[in-house]
Formats: sequence, structure tokens, C-alpha cells
Amino acid sequence: MSPRVVFPNKILPYLLVAPQLAITLIFFYWPASQALRQSMLREDPFGLSSKFVWFANFKKVLSDPNYLNSIQVTAVFSIATAAVAMGTALLLAVMAEKVIRGRGVYRTLMIWPYAVAPAIAGMLWLFLFNPSIGSLAYGLRWLGINWDPLLDGEQAMALVVAAASWKQISYNFLFFVAGLQAIPKTLIEAAAIDGAKPTKRFWTIVFPLLAPTTFFLLVVNTVYAFFDTFGIIHAVTGGGPGKATETLVYKVYNDGFVNLILGDSAAQSVILMVIVIALTAIQFRYVEKKVHYG
Amino acid sequence: MATVDLKDVKKVYPGGVEAVKGVSIAIPDKQLCVLVGPSGCGKSTLLRMIAGLETISAGTCSIDGKVVNAIGPTERDIAMVFQNYALYPHMKVYDNMAYGLRNRGMPKDEIDKRVRATAQTLELAHLLERRPRELSGGQRQRVAMGRAIVRSPKVFLFDEPLSNLDAKLRGQMRVEIKNLQRQLGVTSVYVTHDQLEAMTLADVLVVMNAGLVEQLGAPLDIYEKPASTFVASFIGAPPMNLLPLRSGQLEGAVSLPAIPTNAATIGFRPEDCEVGADGAAAEGGLRLMARVQGVEPVGAESFLYCEAAGGRIVVRVPGRTAVAVGDQLPVLTRREKLHFFGGDGKRV
Ligand SMILES: Nc1ncnc2c1ncn2[C@@H]1O[C@H](COP(=O)(O)OP(=O)(O)O)[C@@H](O)[C@H]1O
Ligand SMILES: [Mg+2]
Repeated sequence: MSPRVVFPNKILPYLLVAPQLAITLIFFYWPASQALRQSMLREDPFGLSSKFVWFANFKKVLSDPNYLNSIQVTAVFSIATAAVAMGTALLLAVMAEKVIRGRGVYRTLMIWPYAVAPAIAGMLWLFLFNPSIGSLAYGLRWLGINWDPLLDGEQAMALVVAAASWKQISYNFLFFVAGLQAIPKTLIEAAAIDGAKPTKRFWTIVFPLLAPTTFFLLVVNTVYAFFDTFGIIHAVTGGGPGKATETLVYKVYNDGFVNLILGDSAAQSVILMVIVIALTAIQFRYVEKKVHYG
Repeated sequence: MATVDLKDVKKVYPGGVEAVKGVSIAIPDKQLCVLVGPSGCGKSTLLRMIAGLETISAGTCSIDGKVVNAIGPTERDIAMVFQNYALYPHMKVYDNMAYGLRNRGMPKDEIDKRVRATAQTLELAHLLERRPRELSGGQRQRVAMGRAIVRSPKVFLFDEPLSNLDAKLRGQMRVEIKNLQRQLGVTSVYVTHDQLEAMTLADVLVVMNAGLVEQLGAPLDIYEKPASTFVASFIGAPPMNLLPLRSGQLEGAVSLPAIPTNAATIGFRPEDCEVGADGAAAEGGLRLMARVQGVEPVGAESFLYCEAAGGRIVVRVPGRTAVAVGDQLPVLTRREKLHFFGGDGKRV
């Protein structure tokens, strides 16, 4: 640890951190404690009174088959989104390495999708793949696929995964390009001289050396798929058909704001909060002791 | 067992930099060829073309009589030691050395035997389980050597392999590389900007300047008969003293030998100067009066930095010296130790 600066003034340091503390308290701890309180309350059907029920809401939520289904949907959705977004980004980044002329333009173009708002990205995909008017849906049907994501749960899942990963590819691309650039060119040359063909070089030298980037992106992408894809799902499928694309975050919204089961919804958000804290903790631990080979 | 032949090789980088402007070198089997020259003269580019890491813009490169211009580095069967060693940071020393053998599909036990044998010769046996970051600079250098040797390639290529080591280690490794190369009898090309390394290692010495070969030959021949003022000032430390001639005269010289008519520069090495010598030795030699401006005692010898005949010269005297700054000294160089260069810098 680096040596600490010691301030002779006793009050000034507290004054300096006060604004930040105030913001964190008002916008994080207070709502979080409210959610925690709410998750232990049960309201009567008219919303006139509520009573304290300890962990009953949690018990109810965790034994609800719909909630278990939602966990499964979230797992499938997150893993698929992270895999597609990272795989595609890595492929594009490796190919971008080979672009010599117009490299800057190419990279800039690749980064643009990141600037598109989730709901708009969702609408874009919805239109493209709309069974009756979408141009790409037309193409799929022409290929002999019975395309109807409004009825077929798996197709709906595929659609939200595609839309969600499409948005994340740019971000991943940026990190992979930087990661690839950080690998010394002489290592690749040494491997070539050592008789490794390009594919072999990629898997034995480049990929292992990208591990820190890949791991970091894995955490970021999982968190993204868990929490930041509400807009896309809301725009594309609304959690349907049935509950085929109802992720945990979407269910919180559905139960709380649509069905007004506030206690359940609050219990769910507390569970989600625990998950996000766990994921962030992993990420921070990791960033702290990033894999160093050098 | 291989020869390396470069015929009028050129390299133009995309963007138009002409790094190598037509170089022809023939390296006989089992010989160590050193490319030496100042930074940016195209040594690395030439080496990388032999390795197949850069395309050859014009001319041909042959290994063992076979033109390899169109063959990639993977198939050339050469090994290279990079300046920064380029060890694979995520692999243990053992795997660093085994990597090339595995890529060529060698059986496991054969790989093991070879890696351990090579590690033995290079005194790396106790380091096989370490990763590169756990090694000192000298040890990394050895691993890089080991990775090259273990494959028994046709040709070794070295790109300034010792320049990241401290002076003492550099001296040791220089001797070791020379011995290994002799023992293994592998044709080698060695790039350096250090003239001492060049002189001590080379069977064939190639002095390069601005993408061209200035002189090619045995190191001592080059030392004794530098082909140009460039070579004269590059080979030898401290470099040769060069003084300009004006219409065949050297202003301020006490006595001057017969000078070839087209000579524009006269040169003599610091170690060929005699201070205060007189008599018969002076016959036909160059005699100057030098004013001492600095004295550098190194121990076994001392260097006198002087002003003479309107220029600066360095004079080497053996052992310690009583000469002090400000002294005036007669400096003599015998006739046979003088070098003359024309207006274009070439030897006459
Ligand atoms: N990849 C490259 N693209 C363009 N110019 C280059 C490249 N590599 C080297 N050069 C230029 O070619 C010349 C020779 O470089 P190099 O062979 O590395 O010199 P040396 O190894 O003798 O110091 C230099 O002027 C350098 O700037
Ligand atoms: Mg170089």
C-alpha cells in the first residue's frame, strides 16, 4: 500500500467527502433500506394497511415456480448473451487487427451501436424480425424456418439474446482491440518461427494472454445481461410469450408495477441486490489482483 | 547445415521508407555473420527478411541453395533470439522450450529428452518449472537461447540479443554464444550495434550504413583496412582519428609523409600513435604537435584527448601517464599505420 497523506485538519476531510456521502445515502442506502423494509411487509388488497411478516415474502418468492422459471430464463439469457456478445466481439477484433487501411474509421463504426439506447435497439430488432412486416423475418421464412417469436418461446429468447448482445458487442470489441494491441508483436512472431500456424498461434498464445480482458468482460457482460437489458426485453417481447423471456429484473417490474404485489417484488429486488453485490465483489477483487504475466 | 545467400535484397516499407537498398551477402556453412551498423541502418529489417517476418521487396534470399522468398517463417526452419527475448509469459521455461518441438509433432519423450539436454548445456535445468517473470535478465536471455537451440534449426538469427544485459554479463554471454555456435556448427546471423561484439563474434563481418553494405570481410581485415571513413569511425574504440587534408596538406603538421594525390582525409588509430618517439621511426611518418585537453586513465591504458592540426584526436598510451591537461606533446604515427580516404570517403 502506498503511504498515506496525513491531513492536520480534523474537520476538512469530512467536509470534503460529505457531498459524496450524502448522495450515496440519499440515492442508494435509503431506497435500499426501504426495499428491505418493504420486502418484509405484506399489504392488504386495497393498499390500506400492511403488516410485518418477516421473511414470508422471501419464502413465497423462492418457492414460486414462476420465480424458479425466471431464474432459469435469466441464466440461459445471460450465458447466451455473454457468449454471443463476447465471441462475436473477439472475432471482429481479431479481424480488425488485420485491417490496414481505414483502421480508425472501421473501429469508429464498430463502436457506434453502443450509443444506441436499449429500447431503441429493441425496437429496431423487433421491426426487423416482426413476423408480418420484418424484412429479416421474411428472409428466415424464405429459408424454411417457421419464424414466429410471438408464439415460439425459444425463438423469442433467440431474438432478445440477439438484440441484447448486438448492443454489447461494441463495448466488448473496444476492450478486445485494446487487449490484442497490448500483446507484444514479437511473441506472435516468435510463435510463427516456432512453427505455429495462425490458428494454433491464436489458441496457444493470443487467447491465453487475453485472459485478463476476457475475464473482466465476462463479469461486465453478465452484469449487463442481468440488469441492463430490461429496456430491450420490454420493447421486444414484454417477457413473453408466456413467461419464456421473463428475466429476474423483468419479473420485479411485472410483479411490482404491473401486478402491484409490492411485497414479493421488493423481496425479489433484495435478492437481485444480493446478486449484484456478489458479482461486483468478484469484479473488484479481480480488478485488484489482475492477472499479471509480464 | 546451411548456407545463407542474399542477392541484391531490397526492402521498401509501405509508406515508402527504403530500409534496405540492395544488399548481397553470402554466408558459408557453419559461419557466424555479424551485421553491424548504427541504429536505423536496416540491420533488423535485413534479419527479419531472412526470418520471413518481412516480405522481400526485390532480390532473393536463399537458405541452403533454395530461394525462400515465398516461404513463411513457419516453414523456413530458422530460429531467432529477439532483443526483448519474446518469451511466452504464460508458459513455464520448459514449455517455452518445448513449444516449437510440439508444433512440429515430435513425440513427447523425445521432446523431454531434448529440452532437458539443452537445459543442461545452458545451466537452466533448475529453472524449468519457473515462468519468465520469475527469472533474471540473464536467465531469460539463456531461455531465449535455449528455445532456439533445442530445435536444431538450419539457421540461428540474433537481433541484438545482449543489449538488455549489463556489461559484465554481456561479456560472458558473448563468449558463450561464440562457443555454442562453434560447437553446434549452425550457420548464424547476428545483428548488433556494438562494435566490440561485432569484432569478437564475427567470422564474416558486415558493416552497414543507410541500407547498404559499407564493407564485408574478416573482422581484423576490416579493422586494418577500413574501406571508408564511415567504417573507420565505426570499428574500433575509441574510433580512428580523422583529419581533413587541404590540397594535400595538413595544416599544423610538423612533418607529413607523401600523400596520395586524391586523398581528402588522413586517418590513424589512437593505439597506433607514439608519444615522443623520435629518430628512425619518424622517417616518412606523420608527426603532429598535440595540446592535451583531457586525460582518461582507464588502468591498463590511458587516453589523451588532444587538439592537433586544427582537429581533435585521441591518443592511447599504455599504463598510467604523467601527462597533464595543457601539455604539448609530439605525436608520431608511422607511415604504414596511416590511412587515406578520398573526397567521397572511400579508401585510397
Ligand atoms: N515496420 C516498419 N515500417 C516502416 N518503416 C520501418 C519499419 N521498420 C523499420 N522501419 C524503418 O526502416 C529503417 C531501418 O530500420 P531497422 O531495420 O529497424 O534498423 P536497425 O535495426 O538497423 O536499427 C529505419 O529508418 C526505420 O525507421
Ligand atoms: Mg534493430
